[in-house]
Amino acid sequence: MIFGLPALSVAIWLPIIFGLLVMATGDDRNAPLARIIALVGAVLGFLVTIPLYIGFDKASSAMQFVEMKDWIVRFHIHYYLGVDGISVLFVMLNSLFTAIVVIAGWKVIEKRVAQYMAAFLIMSGMINGVFAALDAVLFYVFWEAMLIPMFVIIGVWGGANRVYSSIKFFLYTLFGSLLMLVALLYLYLQSNGSFNILDYHQMPIPMEAQTLVFLAFLIAFAVKVPMFPVHTWLPDAHVDAPTGGSVILAAIMLKIGAYGFLRFSLPITPDASHAMAGMMITLSLIAVVYIGLVALTQTDMKKLVAYSSISHMGFVTLGFFIFNTYGVEGALVQMISHGFVSGALFLCIGVLYDRMHTRRISDYGGVANTMPVFAAFFMLFAMANSGLPGTSGFVGEFMVILGAIKTNFWYAFMAATALVFGAAYTLWMYKRVIFGAIANERVASLKDLSLRESFILGLLAVAVLGMGVYPLPITEIMHASVNDLLVHVARSKL
Amino acid sequence: MNLATDLIHAGAEIFLLVMVSIILIADLFVTGRSKMFTYLLVQLTLLGCALITVSTHEPGVAVTAFNGMFVDDLMADVLKLLSYLAVSALLIYSRGYLLARGLFSGEFMVLTLFALLGMMVMISACNFVTLYIGLELLALSLYALVALQRDSAVATEAAMKYFVLGALASGLLLYGMSMLYGATGTLDIYKMSVAIELGVNNKALLVFGLVFIVAGLAFKLGVVPFHMWVPDVYHGAPTAMTMLISTAPKLAAFAFTMRILADGLQPLMIHWSGMLVILAMLSIALGNVAAIAQTNLKRMFAYSTIAHMGFLLLGVLSGGIEGYGSAMFYAVVYVLMSMGGFGMILLLSREGFEADKLSDFKGLNQRSPWLAFMMLLLMFAMAGVPPTVGFYAKFAVLEAVVQTGHIPLAIFAVMFSLIGAFFYLRIVKLMYFDTPESHEPINMQPDTALLISINSIAVLLLGILPGTLMSVCAVSVQQSLLLH
Repeated sequence: MIFGLPALSVAIWLPIIFGLLVMATGDDRNAPLARIIALVGAVLGFLVTIPLYIGFDKASSAMQFVEMKDWIVRFHIHYYLGVDGISVLFVMLNSLFTAIVVIAGWKVIEKRVAQYMAAFLIMSGMINGVFAALDAVLFYVFWEAMLIPMFVIIGVWGGANRVYSSIKFFLYTLFGSLLMLVALLYLYLQSNGSFNILDYHQMPIPMEAQTLVFLAFLIAFAVKVPMFPVHTWLPDAHVDAPTGGSVILAAIMLKIGAYGFLRFSLPITPDASHAMAGMMITLSLIAVVYIGLVALTQTDMKKLVAYSSISHMGFVTLGFFIFNTYGVEGALVQMISHGFVSGALFLCIGVLYDRMHTRRISDYGGVANTMPVFAAFFMLFAMANSGLPGTSGFVGEFMVILGAIKTNFWYAFMAATALVFGAAYTLWMYKRVIFGAIANERVASLKDLSLRESFILGLLAVAVLGMGVYPLPITEIMHASVNDLLVHVARSKL
Repeated sequence: MNLATDLIHAGAEIFLLVMVSIILIADLFVTGRSKMFTYLLVQLTLLGCALITVSTHEPGVAVTAFNGMFVDDLMADVLKLLSYLAVSALLIYSRGYLLARGLFSGEFMVLTLFALLGMMVMISACNFVTLYIGLELLALSLYALVALQRDSAVATEAAMKYFVLGALASGLLLYGMSMLYGATGTLDIYKMSVAIELGVNNKALLVFGLVFIVAGLAFKLGVVPFHMWVPDVYHGAPTAMTMLISTAPKLAAFAFTMRILADGLQPLMIHWSGMLVILAMLSIALGNVAAIAQTNLKRMFAYSTIAHMGFLLLGVLSGGIEGYGSAMFYAVVYVLMSMGGFGMILLLSREGFEADKLSDFKGLNQRSPWLAFMMLLLMFAMAGVPPTVGFYAKFAVLEAVVQTGHIPLAIFAVMFSLIGAFFYLRIVKLMYFDTPESHEPINMQPDTALLISINSIAVLLLGILPGTLMSVCAVSVQQSLLLH
């Protein structure tokens, strides 16, 4: 409870209310006011999630901070919220990143500031809703609704090809979700009229139906993750999104797809998950290896990091479908770490882009000479992206590989090659951009980080290093829930 | 049943008829272009009708009057109230538009009220004769309204098409009705269903009659392959008339479908649901695909209406309280969304400028962020994206479809609504991502500006709390089926 109000509802609705307030400030004459309200809303939005962590009972795998109210009585739909050790982390991560994005867009966004800030705040509330919803319809509503602000963000403040990318993004994700809707309706009828996700976890389902439900969920979540071969929207969306959009997309939105596997696919259709594990692992390994190679050939920095995201998310889905504690926990750590690292990398690219208005690697060179502080930060995040021990990137990948070795040596072998490719494409890009002689006059006239930029990158640097050295605060909170999930998945529901 | 109680139950219709006659005469003495007096009188009449409908409502029971010709139940009252609201909103939306074109005349208002009377009779009809009278009263008023702008070639052509095809549809319906009468010996809807259940000698005649009835209904609803008039009429008619055609009459058409198919011909459901599956699938497919190719917003809405009517039929063919309830909810939500969509066109139009081309919406966000946001809500509602009410309309229909075991049909419907999402998104894209073609200031009347805001925010609020309206629809339908 916060100020006498239920904690999760506050985490969801506070940013949305602030978003509406920001929108009400109107046109760009009131831009300073819009920025300040947005900052207050975003920071408050993060602060109200801290009690969720402090008050969380780490020993329990049950849903906590539960709220349940009747919503649509006719279909037995409830306003049903709760978090376990898995989702609580993402609620916090999302709220933190909203604050970062608001600060990152402080100066850069000059046109339609109020709408920009409002879109991020409203989206933040909706994403918290996705992670906290325990009613399938509530989940679906938040899941779809968050597409609207993202669509507008990419389309209005995006790059050259923004219209194509935003529509592609929207239709791709809508395609996945509509099939999920049919699957949810099927589950509703099978469970004799319940949209409670936790009821679905207990409900026996015949194998054939499990397979179909699994596939419907797979399409929805695989598009969101994104998994090979439905990943093609992501590079477009990233390249054309404004920096803030890219950050939220990489740090949070991709995690929603992966979260869907944990909340829906694995516990609702465990038998189908086991039966399809081979396919899922194969697709994950293709993403890890093939997309890693694709990343190597990119000439656009954002595209490179976008492909690197797909490759890293391959680790996550690999971790889920080897069904052991190392795999699943490693995947979760990887999700959070990737949130920090990819978010930070996109911010770094944003820093360069704001100064040079180009993202082509060949336009840069020797940035270290003019921006030494920036080069240091960028170095840290690049290392984390390639999985250097001591950074957060190492922990998750190491755990997943450890888990994979227990299942099959070759899975682990293939996955480990990604570490090599990851190092190759990230560091090669880093070398070309940062080191060497100063490439041209524009690089020579670059100014180093402002205080505002140093602050957000510093914050993320602390997070990346902290998680790399001492991941326990994160793993201990998810431990009980992950074990419970694995017990659940091991049990047949036929 | 004595005459006095019968008259009370038809009180709203009688009051409306009396008032229309008074307005018709009074209007002769109102001079000046603004016709403010007539306009206010019409709005008061609608208010009066609403009060009568509410006060004569008998909770929990369905009453038949005039020897079973007329029924007063919850469904009828709910649909009538919504029709008053829709017509009242229509008058507010279209006043500025019609004034600028010199069409805001007494005839317009009188014909609109006659159309409303036709709808009310259709909604409460319980006998094929009353049904047909209501339908023709509505249709004739609409033909005249479309042709009201008599110096416009497009409008006249649209009226002609509408009339010829509408007359053909009426003919089909009548022919079907006469066959059903021949097979069962009654025109009363409830008696007919009893007669069919008891068994009829000439089953072929019965099913043959049913085919004609379904074809006639499909014409009136404008579903594929009986949809040819829809795009032309929507496009050709003045926007205010298009709005009238596409909103309140759909409620009446829903009631009409309910009374004939669900109440009267329930025993033949196995036959008609198969026909509706084909009609619904074709409509959803063609409506959504053809809408993509349109550059005129009114034409696009016409195809989108075809697709929406397909969805409505999906609800009807699923049957049961779930199915019919979802179809009624869909009809109500559709009217709300369509009202807003056409309202926006009316709002942006001005003298000599129709604002019905897609490109007229370019950069609306820069001209008026508030209107653009309202239109964004409406477009996402039509596409069926939560948290707008359009999502729950599709959700309820799909739930009913899945419940009857037609999962492939549900998947078919959602895949085509994905295609449909594209052209709604395109409007949002035009408004938000493009730069405006003209910076002409938008001159909004305060009443229309308020109405469009209420309309769009209702789309959002009903999307956050759709429970009540859903329950009302379910209860109405349940009561109407109980009577049977």
